[in-house]
Amino acid sequence: MALLEARDLRKCFGGLVAVDGVSFDVEPGQIKSLIGPNGAGKTTLFNLVTGLLRPDRGSVRFQGTPVSGWKPHRIARAGLSRTFQNPSLFHRMNVLENVMVGRHCRTRSEFWGCALRLPGQRREEHRVREAAVQELNFVGLAHLAAFPASALTFGQRRMVELARALATEPQMLLLDEPASGLNTSEKRELGDLIRRIRNRGVTVLLVEHDMSMVMGLSDSVLVLHYGARIAEGSPADIQNDARVVQVYLGGEPEHVAAG
Amino acid sequence: MSSPLTSSPVLTRLRPLLPALGFAVAAPALHLVMRLAGIEYCLTQLTMAIYYAIVVTGLGLLMGYAGQVSLGHGAFFALGGYTSAVLTTHDFGKWQASLGWLRDVHVLVARQDLYGSQILTVTPWAACLAALAVAVVAGCLIGYPALRLRGHYLTMATLGFGLIVAKLLVGTSFTGAADGINGVPEWRFLPGIIVSGKSALRVENFYLASALLLAVLLLLRNTVVSRVGRALKAIHDGEKAADAMGIDTAAYKLKVFLLSAALAATAGVFLTHYTAGIGPSEAGALKSIRYVALAAAGGMANLWRVAAVSIALNYCSLRGWFGSYDNAVFGALLILIISLVPNGPLQPGGWLRRRFRARSTSSSQHGAA
Repeated sequence: MALLEARDLRKCFGGLVAVDGVSFDVEPGQIKSLIGPNGAGKTTLFNLVTGLLRPDRGSVRFQGTPVSGWKPHRIARAGLSRTFQNPSLFHRMNVLENVMVGRHCRTRSEFWGCALRLPGQRREEHRVREAAVQELNFVGLAHLAAFPASALTFGQRRMVELARALATEPQMLLLDEPASGLNTSEKRELGDLIRRIRNRGVTVLLVEHDMSMVMGLSDSVLVLHYGARIAEGSPADIQNDARVVQVYLGGEPEHVAAG
Repeated sequence: MSSPLTSSPVLTRLRPLLPALGFAVAAPALHLVMRLAGIEYCLTQLTMAIYYAIVVTGLGLLMGYAGQVSLGHGAFFALGGYTSAVLTTHDFGKWQASLGWLRDVHVLVARQDLYGSQILTVTPWAACLAALAVAVVAGCLIGYPALRLRGHYLTMATLGFGLIVAKLLVGTSFTGAADGINGVPEWRFLPGIIVSGKSALRVENFYLASALLLAVLLLLRNTVVSRVGRALKAIHDGEKAADAMGIDTAAYKLKVFLLSAALAATAGVFLTHYTAGIGPSEAGALKSIRYVALAAAGGMANLWRVAAVSIALNYCSLRGWFGSYDNAVFGALLILIISLVPNGPLQPGGWLRRRFRARSTSSSQHGAA
């Protein structure tokens, strides 16, 4: 059974059909990429899966459970975590606290327990801190733990956001253009990191513009164009797909083949 | 910058308790100074200012951590005070036959009113719990719809709520209309500890109010440095990202709003017993705006400073130092803070730090483009 099954998803904004009847599966342990020209509906599709938007039609099943219409926090708790196109760290907190927020959905202390510092809450707090440090180590930024989030470089923010998403113990991680704004060496690091995330057993769904990264990492690629699915397959298949080439380069497929 | 992972554990544990220690020392120190200066009677206004500081501290939690503004905290204060005042002064003797069982469980008690006639009223403890329940129910009715939305809806809703409560209190003869309610009895809070404005109990009541405020501050401090506090700060900084991290943003905003409203009501209950009465001006919009101004003046997120600033300014106000410009002073304060130092004054190096931060974020955005 696929980990994530999207069926016939459709979303309109006024007269614009952003996502038009898209279906796809993500198998457990896969790195799957979602590509397409600007405005193809990739981010909308992402937001439909993570609950930020409600589909007009269609359904999303995660581990066999229908999750469409769920609030984002419930979907996160179910094991589906995400990062944003612009790293959205909590700028009033330091780096460690940011990652600790990721543990929220796996912990339980409420107002009373926290106010009275009950023994259970203190033990939990200790575990939260340890887990957060561990995730910061995983992305290689433990030395920045005490820095305010606003003092980090763009690339570091992205890594901290990844650590925060991993702290939620996701089954599946959705990354919205993680390479955008990164320099070449940062992109290489990110590629390695995504592979290591997959090796931890976390399935990855990636929206990305950087083709070398997509083709180097992905087990499977889904191509969107004007909100519709135009191709799906292995990176090699996609690179040779006539319609994909046409969509990306704008020319006739024969010309490309000849050139 | 020292890392929390490497610095001495003993020091890191003790540092957060310094403000608490400061408060614990300040109370007897102030008492001593006033006694030596021969103005011990001023402890009455100081005690009142401390009760008001509980309202402002709760508001600081709501504004500084969850990023929500309430313009109805005066109304919550008044709901608490009035509920308690009505229940402890109204004569339930008429229904003695049907309510007799409440007497057996000490919810109702027979006592003499101001004029010496025998009346049956609710005990202050039971009235206090009822007051909290009223505030929480009212908070739910306003907060539940308003807090499911992002934005300033809570501010609007609480402003309207405050105006309604104020009008109702003035217009209802049951609550004494414009005169309010007088003759609220003293409250045997604990054996030997009585909330009362009698001059013989002035010192005792000052320390009771101080202890109550200190307890509130310690409990809130524990809350804000924990899972709940992180969730609130996350909501303040980015609701979408907080939601994606598994935080039920609507539920947290409602809970912190209710907590804040309950604190305002608690302060209302205590102050009503302390001053033996309450008037409709407590629910007025000007009072609510004053609380917001005080929370802003204290820097909102730093609850210790919010409490200290609130006590100082309210004490001056209660001593009549601002004369007929009383409300104008707080209005001007709010304008100055919002336009000059929106993150709160009194931050050492705050202005410089903000300049630096503004520069570093704008440069990183250039890097992203």
